[in-house]
Amino acid sequence: MRLWKTVLAATAVALGCGTTALAARTDLVLGMVLEPPHLDPTAGAAAAIREVTYANIFEGLTRIGPNGEVLPDLAESWTISEDGKVYTFKLHTGVKFHDGTDFDASDVKFSLDRARAENSQNAQKQLFAAIDTVDVIDPATVKVTLKQPQGSFLYNMGWGDAVIVAPESAETNKEKPIGTGPFKFQNWAKGSSVTLVKSDNYWGAPVSLDKAEFRFIPDASAAVPAMLSGDVQAFPNMPTSDSLSQFQSDPRFKVVVGSTEGETILAMNNGKPPFDQIKVRQAISYALDRKAIIDGASEGLGQPIGSHMSPSSKDYVDLTGTYPHDAAKAKELLKEAGLEGGTKVTLKLPPPPYARLGGEIIASQLRDVGIEAEIIPVEWAQWLDQVFTKKDYDLTIVSHVEPNDIGIYARKDYYFNYQNPEFNKVIEELDLTADEGKRKELLGKAQKILADGAVVGFLFELPKVGVWDAKIEGLWQNQPVPANDLTRVKWND
Amino acid sequence: MTAYLLKRVAIAFATLVLASIVVFAVLEILPGDPARLMLGMNATAEQVEQVRTQMGLNDPLLLRYFHWVGNLVLLDFGRSYTYSVPVIDLVRERVAVSLPLALIALALSTLIAIPVGLHAASRQGRFGDTVSMGVSQIGVAIPNFWFALLLIYLFAVWLKWVPAGGFPGWSAGIWQALKALILPAVALALPQAAILARVTRQAMIEVLSEDYIRTARAKGMPYRAVLWRHALRNAMIPVLTILGLQFAFLLAGTIIIENVFYLPGLGRLIFQAITQRDLIVVESVVMLLVATVILVNLVVDFSYAMIDPRLRGRS
Repeated sequence: MRLWKTVLAATAVALGCGTTALAARTDLVLGMVLEPPHLDPTAGAAAAIREVTYANIFEGLTRIGPNGEVLPDLAESWTISEDGKVYTFKLHTGVKFHDGTDFDASDVKFSLDRARAENSQNAQKQLFAAIDTVDVIDPATVKVTLKQPQGSFLYNMGWGDAVIVAPESAETNKEKPIGTGPFKFQNWAKGSSVTLVKSDNYWGAPVSLDKAEFRFIPDASAAVPAMLSGDVQAFPNMPTSDSLSQFQSDPRFKVVVGSTEGETILAMNNGKPPFDQIKVRQAISYALDRKAIIDGASEGLGQPIGSHMSPSSKDYVDLTGTYPHDAAKAKELLKEAGLEGGTKVTLKLPPPPYARLGGEIIASQLRDVGIEAEIIPVEWAQWLDQVFTKKDYDLTIVSHVEPNDIGIYARKDYYFNYQNPEFNKVIEELDLTADEGKRKELLGKAQKILADGAVVGFLFELPKVGVWDAKIEGLWQNQPVPANDLTRVKWND
Repeated sequence: MTAYLLKRVAIAFATLVLASIVVFAVLEILPGDPARLMLGMNATAEQVEQVRTQMGLNDPLLLRYFHWVGNLVLLDFGRSYTYSVPVIDLVRERVAVSLPLALIALALSTLIAIPVGLHAASRQGRFGDTVSMGVSQIGVAIPNFWFALLLIYLFAVWLKWVPAGGFPGWSAGIWQALKALILPAVALALPQAAILARVTRQAMIEVLSEDYIRTARAKGMPYRAVLWRHALRNAMIPVLTILGLQFAFLLAGTIIIENVFYLPGLGRLIFQAITQRDLIVVESVVMLLVATVILVNLVVDFSYAMIDPRLRGRS
């Protein structure tokens, strides 16, 4: 009897080893904090939609790579006319949507026309604003004519909002997304998880995973045991940074710190006294101690910024020294601005930890120079309504996560209430420039204007903290666009 | 009896109407625009306005209220703004988690609490009473999310008997689904059991000091029989009241436990809908819950009448 047990156990062990040696794991459960409201990236702004669908289900003409570079996707190549206004895309052939329908140039025309239509629900409609016409030359060639040259056009076409959809399925993509990507949608258990499986008729390089489940875990304290128990094997945006050391010291896990495109700022209402005075804004900038804010609000992982540009961008200019932390200078400037007796302001804080934690620290730093900031916590919906839409605020903290979005300071009626014709001119020129060197120069100029004008308090670039099983390879370290690109992910046993 | 019941039903109906007005008004006052939330920070004001019109948010207030209530009466709960599916489908999926969870937790808590309460009452002031009431005091004091985390670390991370959270769906098999509900049910049941045990004990002690109990004992009835036949029946009214309240709480008030175990239940649906300003979902689901609570209270009222003949006679 005893012998039998030993033999059985030995066989089981041998079999177990045998199977793992033969084939690596091909399934993955990935944790996310927020559940997407639906799964159509062309009809909603929520980052969670892209974190499930980008590069996995849906593909665009171009795509953004792990380090923010523009790569060909459904368009295998393109030519740009002399005047920079006509883009001719050569498309991959033999591409099929997940429902079996063929992909060709007419789908490109349909998708781009739909996104820029009058009644479009696209959250980034401005990406398509420069397009004049889209013409089908033949099934594998499409010609896009712009109203004026646009330097960022190829980059824009790589956003999640610019993916190619089919007329047959466009209206039902919210519930049942149909794309051309390497994974197809299988199931969405609302409130729980979305499951994708490998698509059999994928045109591109085959993927290693057969099945991927995105599981929604809203509570930070639940994310840790979910990882520790092995239920979830990767958390690309881990919500708890205070438990990081626990994972760092555990050889079963990898902790990967990268950067996002999130410029975290202390926005000031430039249209409202006393923030309409540059001296007051400069004083606030001098009052901020970035090091302390970064330590408190991002576990010391965020990178300091001095203007509205990600330090990982090739166009980044280091302007963090424009207003170094100097409380005495801040007080002096306030005195010059006629606020020597101190002043009372409000500081509205949306829910993310960077805002709530950072807000406490900033309030105390402002108190040191005589500004009494009353903290008002708000939910996202309230923030969008009161601060963003109605501009009813003094100060607020928020991370602007859209990539290359320095142009927001040129927008009319934007919530900063900042108006500077000089800055607007730079951005206008930038929009029309395709030359890399010239763009770099203009972007540098734009950064400098914002930094010098102390338009907002520039704090830090939001870090991306990922935790995953040490045997997993191919997940992104940085987050140049919201995405969990699984195309190169595999288990390394 | 009939008059008593009719009065109860009329009160229930009036509560329902009042609740609909309050729910609608509160969500009207709440700042936040579902269209802006959907389109995010980069969309223009005109685009947001257009989506608002498509959603029907620009219709006059009263029109929207009567439209909503009118549809509710016809059992049409509307379509979710964010998910763009019928609200009733969302509710059906969530009830498939919340209702079994609530029932298991309620059964567990009743099975633990009533015997403990009876035991403690019959040994009032003695060792067994002191121990069980001491333990229940701890049960009342411990926050259930903390207790839940302890359970997760013990049974999911360390022993690996059950998953740390999530719900595979009933389609994954009854055993798999039940396994996912065991820990949350225990985490919910124990604090509830602690409260229920204390209420049971208190009610029993009061009843046991009544004259008719002494009379029953004096006529030679065995202690056990007195306890079960006379005392328990009379002690049931406060116990049933608490049970009714607990059921309502377990059905919708479990949002913290649902978050800790990331279960797709009703509580989380409402919470997500509030943060998304998916007003129609919040309104309709809250009304459904109000209706459920009112119904449970009606059942409790009726069962008072069944237990206590005096209430029947009052009409």
